[in-house]
Amino acid sequence: MSVILHETLERILPTVRKPGRYTGGEWNSVVKDWTTCQVRWALAFPDIYEIGMSNFGLAILYDMLNREPEVLAERVFAPWTDMEQALRAADLPLFSLESRRPLGEFDVIGFTLPYEQLYTNLLNMLDMAGLPVLAAERNGRHPLVIAGGGAVYNPEPMADFVDAFALGDGEEIVLDITRAIREGKERGDRREELLRRLAEIPGVYVPRFYQVAYQQDGTVAEVRPTEPQAQMPARKRIASTLPPPLTRPVVPFLDTIHNRGVIEIQRGCTRGCRFCHAGMVYRPVRERPVEEVLQAVDEIVANTGYDEIALLSLSSSDYSQIETLVGGLVARHSGRHEGRHLSISLPSLRIESVSVALMEQLRETGRRSSFTFAPEAATERLRGVINKPIDDEDLLSVVEEVYSRGWKTVKLYFMIGHPTQTLDDVAAIVDLAKQVRAVGRRVLGRKAQVNVSVSTLVPKPHTPFQWVPLADEDEIRAQQDYLKENLRGPGLKLNWNRYQETLLEAVLSRGDRRLGAAILRAWQLGARFDGWSDQFKVEAWRQAFEETGLEIGFYTRRARSLDEVFPWDHIDAGVSKRYLAQDYEASTRGETRADCREQCYACGILSAFREERAGLPAGAWGCPPVAGVVR
Amino acid sequence: MSGEGQMVADGTPQQRLRLRFAKGEQLKYISHLDLARTWERAFRRAGLPMAYSQGYNPRPRLQLAAALPVGVTGRAEYLDLWLTEAVEPGGLAARLQPSLPAGLEVLHAEETELRGPALQSQTSAAEYRARVWSQEPAEAIASRIQALLEVPSILRQRHHKGKMQTYDLRPLIQTVIVEPGPEGEHVLVMRLQLSPQGAGRPDEVLSALGLTLGHYTIERTNLFFEFDK
Repeated sequence: MSVILHETLERILPTVRKPGRYTGGEWNSVVKDWTTCQVRWALAFPDIYEIGMSNFGLAILYDMLNREPEVLAERVFAPWTDMEQALRAADLPLFSLESRRPLGEFDVIGFTLPYEQLYTNLLNMLDMAGLPVLAAERNGRHPLVIAGGGAVYNPEPMADFVDAFALGDGEEIVLDITRAIREGKERGDRREELLRRLAEIPGVYVPRFYQVAYQQDGTVAEVRPTEPQAQMPARKRIASTLPPPLTRPVVPFLDTIHNRGVIEIQRGCTRGCRFCHAGMVYRPVRERPVEEVLQAVDEIVANTGYDEIALLSLSSSDYSQIETLVGGLVARHSGRHEGRHLSISLPSLRIESVSVALMEQLRETGRRSSFTFAPEAATERLRGVINKPIDDEDLLSVVEEVYSRGWKTVKLYFMIGHPTQTLDDVAAIVDLAKQVRAVGRRVLGRKAQVNVSVSTLVPKPHTPFQWVPLADEDEIRAQQDYLKENLRGPGLKLNWNRYQETLLEAVLSRGDRRLGAAILRAWQLGARFDGWSDQFKVEAWRQAFEETGLEIGFYTRRARSLDEVFPWDHIDAGVSKRYLAQDYEASTRGETRADCREQCYACGILSAFREERAGLPAGAWGCPPVAGVVR
Repeated sequence: MSGEGQMVADGTPQQRLRLRFAKGEQLKYISHLDLARTWERAFRRAGLPMAYSQGYNPRPRLQLAAALPVGVTGRAEYLDLWLTEAVEPGGLAARLQPSLPAGLEVLHAEETELRGPALQSQTSAAEYRARVWSQEPAEAIASRIQALLEVPSILRQRHHKGKMQTYDLRPLIQTVIVEPGPEGEHVLVMRLQLSPQGAGRPDEVLSALGLTLGHYTIERTNLFFEFDK
């Protein structure tokens, strides 16, 4: 037995902060019989418990895998630094929450990687488990290491560490991977054979079966598969309709980031904001029917006891029947005067699609703590560049409705560093925020609050802005200084990101395989929790890039030509590079494109997923009917 | 049901229940606030008609008698709960148990006065049993206890609202005795003040006795209230 002993842990847990992060046992957690399960997954999230437990993808996979007979899935999160020290000092390996087994005993470790700042934590977790961090140094005695999630649409920077990547909707891929592992165990496959079988599964990318050649100037010349099983390109997998909703999620004891029930009402977004990674890689749009959502919320409430439910989607007010849905939920679960106390939150509301009726409904049920909008840019010109055409008048009238219904705080999200952005565009952020405050004061007086978050654009792969250089440091600093100087006063609050942290995200987002050396070195020099400002070690990263001879500016500040081969071009998210290039060129002319529910711009999704679309009713995806066009 | 009977749906509390419960090993690292939320959710899963506070952000009306230090188990914990419809206290433990996570157990439920004082304002003392693995014979520990109880004041430091603060542990200690436990371990039974005026922590007493090296477990075995007297 290699379960970590209770007595051993008992010496450690009282010495660390929030020991409840490491003890499991939560409502709806699943502990299956280790010996009768053929395939054992450790589902890993490379950040602390409170963040990982708010990741919806992980929750879905945990539920799905544990429903399978003879399959178990247990959770593991990155221990905070105090727990890491304690475990290392006691020579204890990183273990799962459910059965307290070392990660090395599982067949497969599945990491969720929603963003790039988690990369060093992935290495650290492997190391804490006593596993070699480099895929090439692991063999059949070690678990397979798989990663999925939003960041892996450019898997290349992590290619040295991860055996296989799962691209796209994980629900179907993980079951196929599970089957391959089970069969591989039965046959006694060696690691390499198993990886070949995995490489054949649609949506699985095994980086060691692809060779990258570079040009003299350092850009990619060509990516070539080296094994017949390796797919070229490696295309993401999609669920043609949304799988049945998760209704029995683990209910954490600790206060997590999103401590509430979640129902995914829609996957994908039709708006086409040019900076938005999620809006491109999660296409097509698939809605969950109203009846299914209502039924699911009943079950979630009964199964969890949550008093808040979030309706999850990239743009929840674009859900075609949002008012019917929220009205139905209010009628069933809300209405304080009737003793029902479920709060309903819609995390992403679009200014142009949030109606007065919807606000009335949310007033009935919401916590009324704050209302968030993301204009992202404050001038009409710049909104044309980023393809988020909203109207200031609309924003101000919506905000007035919000304040007049008792919400005291309006949160506004903006970005700086958009292509062509000038200080005038930044000054417009200040003006707009003050206009919002003025509306709030007129309605609510001095209680009205405006919180403005200004992040810096990180150009992302698979978006129309994948050709765009990261904005210059001095420019960003000047713009942030301007905001700090001018966006202040009673009722105003400003948040911004440090440039060095933005820079790291930017370098990792559009990196190639060679970055693996820098990630490894930075981790060896102590980098971890790179997404935490108080843990981010800028010096470790600087030294790592210096020692490995890699140039940060090459990855971040360089203007890429339209015909450049990108390190992620052989990863197919369904949206074609040709379409992205056209849309990028449209942005340089300030041309907007309508919501693609109204008009198809041939992004490539329909031809990439012709088979998945076949047989579905016409309105199943957000795509409009396209007559006479051959794709 | 008469028309009058429908009136209870307006959210006014109709019944106040007092639950005695155990918080076991599985939950001992869950903080006081997290435990309160765990109870709330369990009551909702069990379909109990909880009464809510008035105001802008209504919360279920629920009060825990006394925070248990993180890492300490308890088998005489108390909470009060207000309901908008009366339920039969006798069947409540059985009704709740399927909705409780491992480590929580309802031991007893009874109705109590709807408008009586808050439970946490009524506590006076608590009894803790600490199992201590120590090489020393029981007599040595007993004499250390005696010496400790003879000093007029025991000044110690603790964190309070982010600052280090000096306080006197001695007046918070009512009794301490040592009993033999199984397999050569010692059991310290302590009765410490636990009231709105101040509370003694069992780990502080162990520390003052020099018993924190090595391994120990602590359980709160009893809570005493003003109304017990």
